[in-house]
Amino acid sequence: MTPDAPGRTPLPAGVHPFPHPHLLGIEGLQPWEIGFLLDEAESWIEFNRLPAKSDGRLRGLTQINAFFENSTRTLLSFEIAGKRLGADVVNMGVSQSSVKKGETLLDTALTLNAMHPDVIVIRHDSSGAVQLIAEKVGCPVLNAGDGRHEHPTQALLDALTIRRRKGRIAGLTVAICGDILHSRVARSNFQLLGALGAKVRAVAPPTLIGEDTDRLGVDVYTDMDKGLDGADVVMMLRLQRERMSGAYFPSTREYFHFYGLTEQRLAAAKPDVLVMHPGPMNRGVEIDTRVADDISRSAITEQVEMGVAVRMACLDVLTRARRGVEGWS
Amino acid sequence: MTALAFTNARLIDPESGLDRPGTLIVEDRQILSIDGPVPQGAETVDCGSKVLAPALIDAGVFKADAAACLAGGIARVLLMPDQSPPLDDPAVVERAQRIGKPHVWVHPLAAATRGLGGTELAEIGLMKLAGAVGVATGRGWIADSGVMHRLMQYATAFDLVVVTHAEDHSLAGDAAATAGEFATRLGLPSAPAFAEALAVARDVRLAAATGARLHIRQVTTAESLDIIRRAKARGVRVTCGVTPAHMLLNDQATLGYRSFARLSPPLRGETDRLAILDALVDGTIDVIASGHDPRTQEDKRLPFADAAPGMVGAETLLALALTPVHDGRMDLPALLARLTSNPARLFGLPGGRLAPGEPADLVLFDPSGPWRVDADQMAASSDNTPFDGMPVQGRVVMTVKGGEIFRA
Repeated sequence: MTPDAPGRTPLPAGVHPFPHPHLLGIEGLQPWEIGFLLDEAESWIEFNRLPAKSDGRLRGLTQINAFFENSTRTLLSFEIAGKRLGADVVNMGVSQSSVKKGETLLDTALTLNAMHPDVIVIRHDSSGAVQLIAEKVGCPVLNAGDGRHEHPTQALLDALTIRRRKGRIAGLTVAICGDILHSRVARSNFQLLGALGAKVRAVAPPTLIGEDTDRLGVDVYTDMDKGLDGADVVMMLRLQRERMSGAYFPSTREYFHFYGLTEQRLAAAKPDVLVMHPGPMNRGVEIDTRVADDISRSAITEQVEMGVAVRMACLDVLTRARRGVEGWS
Repeated sequence: MTALAFTNARLIDPESGLDRPGTLIVEDRQILSIDGPVPQGAETVDCGSKVLAPALIDAGVFKADAAACLAGGIARVLLMPDQSPPLDDPAVVERAQRIGKPHVWVHPLAAATRGLGGTELAEIGLMKLAGAVGVATGRGWIADSGVMHRLMQYATAFDLVVVTHAEDHSLAGDAAATAGEFATRLGLPSAPAFAEALAVARDVRLAAATGARLHIRQVTTAESLDIIRRAKARGVRVTCGVTPAHMLLNDQATLGYRSFARLSPPLRGETDRLAILDALVDGTIDVIASGHDPRTQEDKRLPFADAAPGMVGAETLLALALTPVHDGRMDLPALLARLTSNPARLFGLPGGRLAPGEPADLVLFDPSGPWRVDADQMAASSDNTPFDGMPVQGRVVMTVKGGEIFRA
């Protein structure tokens, strides 16, 4: 069922495969740099399926997961990724942090930095917060989601999933549906899928699409049926109900009626359409249970698996310079 | 159902501009032809050279008052969401469509926000599927510009017209009159007329930003009309309406504390009234509607400021609206467009046209027939007209709805 993994992405002559100190977003990455990270991640997939999964390349390195916003799956995924590479992983959740005691974000960053971490993974509910910290610390920073801005490892794992299922990304039509306005996943995916040559659509009620979203290189649809027409991939986004019922749309009942992904609605897409969701899902709100659980089309659990591989690749690549890997210093 | 042949009629179709003597043939509840062959066994109605036009469409009533509609030549009404319970749920909208049967077609306007509270969006997509032809803010305006912005954005997904009441409530509040000499003499709580212009300016700006279709149900001041005139010229999708009361009465009508003249928006000064007539002639005003709002004695037999606003108007709509025609300022087809084809087009309704295939909703009337408004003789469910005793011209002879004749 899975097509053969494609060969490594060709690199232009004389170019370093990943010259960036941090991974703050997909914006600014060259297509071959994205391809390089995907290729690196590819090599971890089989490894992760072995019973003994330990690789010692990050042994002795300290990885801090600083999560200023609640997370379960992303935090777990980064923790597992770090541990499989042999890093000493510590998690700092918002509930334990001094942020609650009134410390400013920059003071927290300086405090973390004084402990000499070798890589910091950060999630924060303010757009741009991760970059702000990255400017103040002396080690690589990985953005695990900042506000409505970017969530680069999610976009990478989505791309890896699509590439493995479809054998390519260029030329595919990908419909990203739901709460585009509040979604960092959508913004990272617009950039990544666009850079790799997919035709990307944003599908949402007009209240949940940001102004001038079409300027981000995507086609905007407010009619779900039109937005799904002929799609190769349908990527559903979580409706952040806690933030907005009544303000951006009237009710989950109405939302599901016009924007929920159902079998009937999915019939407009290609017969071999791939259904994705970054999780956690609201069944019956943005996605019908039968669609979510249809293993022939749904890649939702596969996305989680790819997530670990992608994060291992990112942790590996970003720490190569400090580990003295040849060609990376 | 037998076919009908309306012979010897002055046929007026505002949509096409048709205005000539002829015969209109009706069969199976629809218009079959103009001057076509008369089917076997058709019943003949001699129109006696009177005007036969599409039945009126009253774009905004608070009660589907069948008797008043038939007396007034109205076959279709847009029902405001201010009902009990409010039209803010698909099931309620579904039911509201049926309350006029068999005399008048009722097209509900969905409440824009839950309970008309102005904060949470109502299920306007589902209500459209249930039969709503637009969404309305009701008697009030939505003060929160963020809510209004999202409402207009959201409405574009369903191509629904947003019908607003434009008065800045923080100014208009409990005011019972327009600020000015008469309100001051009478000592009535009043609000400046620009409370309307502020609201109109905001809503027009939001319509421009979102591309939504906006219909301001009542525009009553020169300043508001200027804003709309300019917005239309820029291509903003805005339309507006007015009631005969604001066309024909000014705030002097409130002298004597006549609570039947307590309206919302309140009656304006003479300058504004004249501006309304100009705007009607130049096309800035698209629709004339009655705002039909029967009020009980308990609501109206109160000191002026304590009385509920509102007036009955369905059966006087045509005669009063004809005033600019009698004054020689508009021709009859152009005036009728504001009562028929314009509201039909704005809200995507059937009818409003004399053309084969359209529903046989017709009004036969004598444009110069004189009569006197008499509150004691009203067909409406209440008598709160500010025009009691006024002599008018334009008498409805019969109303035809779905091929069925109702004599006035």
